[in-house]
Amino acid sequence: MSPTYGPSRTPATRRDRRPAPRPGLVLDVDRSTPPVLLHSGEQFRLERLPADRSRIIYPPEPLHGVDDPDRAIRDALDHPIDSDPLRARLFPGMQLTIAFDDISLPLPKMRRPDIRQRVIEAVLDIAAEVGVDDVHLIAALALHRRMTEAELRYCLGDRIYDAFAPRGQLYNHDAEDPDAMSLIGETRHGEEVQISTRAATSDLIIYVNINLVSMDGGWKSTATGLSGYQGLRHHHNVATMRATRSFMDQENSELHRSNWRQGDVLRNAGIEVFQIETTVNNDLFGDGPLAVLAKREWEWCARDRLTFLGVQKGLDRMSSGARRRVLHSWEAPYALTSVQAGEVEAVHRLTTAHVYEQQLVPVEGQTDVVLYGLPYVGPYNVNSIMNPILVMCLGLGYFFNMYKGRPVVREGGVLIMTHPTTNEFHPVHHPSYIDFFEQVLSETTDPLEIEQRYEESFATDEWYRHLYRTSHAYHGVHPFYMWYWGSHALEHLGQVIIVGGDPATVRRLGFRPASTLADALEMATDTVGPSPTITYVKNPPIGMADVT
Amino acid sequence: MKALSVERDLARFGAARLASSVRNGAGARLGPLRLRDIDPPELPGEDWVRLTPRLSGICGSDLATIDGRSSRWFEPIVSFPFVPGHEVVADHPEGHRVVIEPVLGCVARGIEPLCPACAEGRLGNCGNLAHGHLEPGLQTGFCCDTGGGWADQMVAHRSQVHAVPDELDDRAAVMIEPTACAVHAALAAQVQPSDTVAVIGAGTLGLLTLAALRRWSPPAQLVVAAKHPHQQRWAAELASQDSALRCCAPGELTRAVRRSVGTSMVDPAGSHERLTQGADVTIDCVGSADSLSNALALTRPGGRVVLVGMPGVETIDLTPLWQREISLTGAYAYGTEVIDGARFRTFDLAAELVAAADLGRLVTATYALERHADALSHAGDAGRRGAVKIAFCGPSAGPAPDFPATRLLKGRR
Repeated sequence: MSPTYGPSRTPATRRDRRPAPRPGLVLDVDRSTPPVLLHSGEQFRLERLPADRSRIIYPPEPLHGVDDPDRAIRDALDHPIDSDPLRARLFPGMQLTIAFDDISLPLPKMRRPDIRQRVIEAVLDIAAEVGVDDVHLIAALALHRRMTEAELRYCLGDRIYDAFAPRGQLYNHDAEDPDAMSLIGETRHGEEVQISTRAATSDLIIYVNINLVSMDGGWKSTATGLSGYQGLRHHHNVATMRATRSFMDQENSELHRSNWRQGDVLRNAGIEVFQIETTVNNDLFGDGPLAVLAKREWEWCARDRLTFLGVQKGLDRMSSGARRRVLHSWEAPYALTSVQAGEVEAVHRLTTAHVYEQQLVPVEGQTDVVLYGLPYVGPYNVNSIMNPILVMCLGLGYFFNMYKGRPVVREGGVLIMTHPTTNEFHPVHHPSYIDFFEQVLSETTDPLEIEQRYEESFATDEWYRHLYRTSHAYHGVHPFYMWYWGSHALEHLGQVIIVGGDPATVRRLGFRPASTLADALEMATDTVGPSPTITYVKNPPIGMADVT
Repeated sequence: MKALSVERDLARFGAARLASSVRNGAGARLGPLRLRDIDPPELPGEDWVRLTPRLSGICGSDLATIDGRSSRWFEPIVSFPFVPGHEVVADHPEGHRVVIEPVLGCVARGIEPLCPACAEGRLGNCGNLAHGHLEPGLQTGFCCDTGGGWADQMVAHRSQVHAVPDELDDRAAVMIEPTACAVHAALAAQVQPSDTVAVIGAGTLGLLTLAALRRWSPPAQLVVAAKHPHQQRWAAELASQDSALRCCAPGELTRAVRRSVGTSMVDPAGSHERLTQGADVTIDCVGSADSLSNALALTRPGGRVVLVGMPGVETIDLTPLWQREISLTGAYAYGTEVIDGARFRTFDLAAELVAAADLGRLVTATYALERHADALSHAGDAGRRGAVKIAFCGPSAGPAPDFPATRLLKGRR
């Protein structure tokens, strides 16, 4: 029986008569290439790239999804990889903990029903049939902000929320509750392993994952998602991130090696984990008015151009608050492309292959200048504001690291990104970010110095702890992790330029502001010389460069 | 003699107030200040001497007057027309340089017996500023009988005159008077070694207060709100190495204090943002409604706020003062200080501090009286233009600084 369900294994249906999705593409820009679309926060730009020395990396088109997600999920649970079927691992009277990815995934949020709801409902049906009563559901958010009731209802559905939350059996992970966290042991490298006591003492942990990018999943789910500062600091640090090339490429990621070592400790401690990982395609914009955002520009028809103009001008005329509300309300029509369950590492290998199948684009050679258009949302500003530190993290952390092999841009090259980068913070979600921006970045932007001088005081600040535990604030140390996320890029790059960014804010980040892309390209020549090669990585939809 | 004088002209005061609402110092062109050729002031008595100013600083209170923003509280204790300038280093007829202690207290006014404050050496608190043989005037520079430093000549009572040590040049000497204000403020704050102190404002008075705290009462932690980068650099230069220093922009002060004392916030970013605990002492060197409200929001219950910057008519919510039992105290001028049981004249302490901390570096530029509009514009816009202290220079002044003082700090942290 198949251990995994992907599109190739689903029965032929009417949907399969659609043309096969086209793979990713590297387009060499010539004089006939039209202006290209760049995201710039909550707005868009159309920019013409210099001919004969520019190229554009387009992501693959969305893969076809499985036809019957519920059936695929049931089959994955009944026929897991390197594991007995889920039903056989459950027994009456047992303690069962179901942990699930938090609101940072997927981006943007998924059209209901969310895949977590589908998977957890299937798991709970089996648990009910077996007679398992002691079930806790934990949002595995590590040091992220607590999810609101509305967000939990959105992810899990009203049925699950109403059944479990009032009884105290559905809740957010609290990494700062000293009575609810357990130290499991240490790796051979001296890395402490700490997870939720409820999970550690359960007869079985079921982890329900959404693997939007290849960084997600595997032992990172349990060892990070259910952990706290004591455990996370061993891999969420500058040295680890600088040795991670990249964190989207598990084979070359020190971040993942550390998580896997922590996973070994969990396994050796007798903690049972049944991993359920899912992948989705990169259909972020569907067939509606935003479909034009996923199209390749030279294929835009007159209607697409009109639609784009309407969307662009409409957003431009709105206040930033209104723009934010409109965009964050967007629900992406992702399709489930695979679901696999069972032993953590075996499951994750297959998951990663599915992610790569959707996202990888072969790219030959590096470039002098890489260009990114940063969108309005990243993992840490869902229903929130993308503050300047998150801009840095999205550009130099996530976008820069979307590679296998080598970075898209050469060492000493220039990264240009488009984003308004305003000095604006969500006071409830990101209180420690404000202090990080005001007090830390005003002193230094060097990740190592920041780590040594400031991390501990933020991590142990009682007020941040209080807000993390009782409000909806990211943990005090979280802005540090965002900065570390970009430390590999900071070490690699010769210069970072933000087009359209607020000058004072951009300078506080240690970058250079530019009014236009033309200005930015001119400024880049200071670092990489005249007539540099330029690569624009179009994202979203999500793609990943396999650079040889 | 040439002098910049201020006359009682309500229309000009109104015009100055209007102009200064656009830009500080703009009152110099439209307001009541004029460069005139007037008779030198007569000596009011035998104990008075005629002085020739060498340098005379522009103080925040001078700017407020010229811009028509001073409180009407001062009306009974000034007399028109007056020549401003109370931060003065001048030539004495006997051939040496002097600075003047400008308060016109009982002794200068020939009043016997002295009021209780003057008897105790607290000249700034003299109760007889409108009495005696002089016309009303709280200080030299606000009294029609004495003249002021913004002129070719002025007169001073011998009790006001302090000889300048030879090792101090004119720029250093002109800083003694404002430094005396800062010394008085720093000592009035009664800082304990374990305290966290917040200082609001890093203009001349704020920076000098930092230097005074460093010399006589360094706190455990010092948080300074400085609006401009050069002010932050000066603050780092002048504050004590024994104090953990945190410099921030004014809007960031509450959070910076919270980080320093490890307390919590109430209504963060809201209209009632405040700390649950806070600084033990807050020294407000600005004196505006915003700065005072901020001081009350970030000072711990039972703490102390010292108002050093000159306020005007302000509207603020004093509920926190009442509910948190915060002590609000003013710190004006100088007189006599008590340190470890010993009594010192504030001016002597100030002269010592000016020499030790090389505070003459804070004089950014000097102008001749003829360029008073430029000088006052520079002083009014000092922060944005990277300046600290601006002064007028007389014909006998020493050479002007050959480069802006801020350059001394360029690249230094």
